[in-house]
Amino acid sequence: MADRSTPAYGSGEADRLPAHDHEVYNTIAQESDFVELNRRYRNFAFPATIAFMSWYILYIVCNNWARDFMDTKVVGNINVALVFGLLQFVSTFAIAYFYARHARKSLDPLASKLRDEFDRETGR
Amino acid sequence: MSATMLVPLATGNRTLTIALFLAVVAVTLYITFWASRQSKTATDYYAGGRSFSGFQNGLAVSGDYMSAASFLGISGAIALYGYDGFLYSIGFLVAWLVALLLIAELLRNSGRYTMADQLAYRMRQTPVRSAAAISTIVVSIFYLLAQMVGAGSLVGLLLGVTSPGLKNLVIVLVGVLMIIYVTFGGMKGTTWVQIVKAVMLMLGTVLITFLVLVQFGFNLSDLLGTAAEKSGKGEAFLQPGLLYGKDLVGKFDFTSLALALVLGTAGLPHILIRFYTTPTAHAARKSVLWAIGLIGSFYLMTLVLGFGAAALVPTGDGSQIKTSAGNLASPLLAQAVGGGEGTIGGSILLAVISAVAFATILAVVAGLTLTSASSVAHDLYANVFKKGQASEKSELLVARIAAFGIGAVAILLAIPAQRLNIAFLVALAFAVAASANLPALLYNLFWKRFNTMGATFSIYGGLIMAVLLVTFSPVVSGTPESLFPSANFDWFPLRNPGLISIPFGFLCGIVGTLISKETHSAERYDELSVRALTGAGAEKAVVH
Repeated sequence: MADRSTPAYGSGEADRLPAHDHEVYNTIAQESDFVELNRRYRNFAFPATIAFMSWYILYIVCNNWARDFMDTKVVGNINVALVFGLLQFVSTFAIAYFYARHARKSLDPLASKLRDEFDRETGR
Repeated sequence: MSATMLVPLATGNRTLTIALFLAVVAVTLYITFWASRQSKTATDYYAGGRSFSGFQNGLAVSGDYMSAASFLGISGAIALYGYDGFLYSIGFLVAWLVALLLIAELLRNSGRYTMADQLAYRMRQTPVRSAAAISTIVVSIFYLLAQMVGAGSLVGLLLGVTSPGLKNLVIVLVGVLMIIYVTFGGMKGTTWVQIVKAVMLMLGTVLITFLVLVQFGFNLSDLLGTAAEKSGKGEAFLQPGLLYGKDLVGKFDFTSLALALVLGTAGLPHILIRFYTTPTAHAARKSVLWAIGLIGSFYLMTLVLGFGAAALVPTGDGSQIKTSAGNLASPLLAQAVGGGEGTIGGSILLAVISAVAFATILAVVAGLTLTSASSVAHDLYANVFKKGQASEKSELLVARIAAFGIGAVAILLAIPAQRLNIAFLVALAFAVAASANLPALLYNLFWKRFNTMGATFSIYGGLIMAVLLVTFSPVVSGTPESLFPSANFDWFPLRNPGLISIPFGFLCGIVGTLISKETHSAERYDELSVRALTGAGAEKAVVH
């Protein structure tokens, strides 16, 4: 059980875990598999976030300050503004697809291996 | 999307519309009572037993997200303002990448029932849970008011009810239904209501989109050309600038709105707790992927609906679409493509789309009430007040009482709030979510040094800044459309606070963290990371 002398922490969900669980978590955190999982996750998620946010902000800025460019006709009544807007849909679908593929191939196998290790070590 | 009194729908078959509304009520009540017999534990009530598949939860997430404001509001804004009406939907969609890449799976693995669970994992319980519960309730109430005010005018409009007394009655009835769904059905019932609604909404939208495209021989350019011509605005109807960014202040205001839309979604508590209804983080990821697909296709179709309405239904001054601030664009378009006013096809489609809108309102208000009730019971009662020693039975009783109380408060606030603009209330909910909740969630997951004071600073700082800026904006005073038109304390020129309040929330998190000497939260960071990334020790699905 949690240490009753620190009631401010002692009521939390994490404090109700057996002490051994904390040790297992901290051991896994130091393992090379986990370091690699964390690295693979961040190396995809952070650059992708910067990319789609910049792409979106560029679109917003063009709507405000590049009106002549946005008004240019591409084909028939379809102008750059509409194409740019639709490209935001395309990029969203594409990033979602590539993340799903990356997660399935590069993240899930490591995560499930570490999860099994946790279950074995804690007897679950 | 103004909530002021609108012209009632004089056309269509009112008996048919009422019959379909009653059918929606009957089906959803049946689901609720079925779910109440299935719900036994706290996990059933708060998280639907974590037994929903990725696809099911994807539908439910989409159902929660595609509120009446986006179903009727976006197509209406496109019908009236052309291209600029489309901008809302882009921010709403791109926002899902934040949820997919940075939040959904990590939250599913490290939390339990509420947004606060995730923060409280490595922080001091009382201050963090109190802050997170307050911001959950504030965001949900703003969103809830938007939906209920919308329900009052919309249902009144669709049924042809004009008197203020009857409109108030509609609000009360919607509120009572929402209390019943949440009190008895819990998350299981609410999720199934969302699934039914999302399927109805997608089918209805696909049907009307198809019928519009048939009229234009599937030629998008023709559709746009006709819409531009009929709108009376010509080329400008297809270009940026009819609604946003007319002057420099307007351009910054639009940028501010765009930021809140893209960063708000991943901080909306009623969306976040949906990820707990899946058995694994893998299923949570799948549900976001489904949601992106469904919501993206839905917004592409609203583009056709909006331009279709501009092309096929009158939208000029004095038209029903104009006087309803665009809200009637989709229903009237359905009537037009079904054969027109007075035809059987037109009446049936009008009634069907009206019933879809009604189901949308009921489902979304139920989701919001459940979120607030869960936070009151699980965060405030069980963990702050009872210090984690409450019995499951008493916690669930408090959740049900809270659902009743929040429902009652929402009804009482919605009746005088009918003067407020619905789009403004929704945008404010997004701004608070982006300024208060998102910084705390991201720092907690990715910054080891982050601690209790950082969390409370960012939540309260972002929340207070967003609300203060709006209070001193033209929304509240200084213009004829303001809440208080005769007063003048509008020293902040933007209607949308996000541009200032979002960076402020992030900054408060840094300042709070650095002035605190707490080390306990950093010691638990590795544990939280392992749990969030691998799912080791994460909450499991209930097996009945």
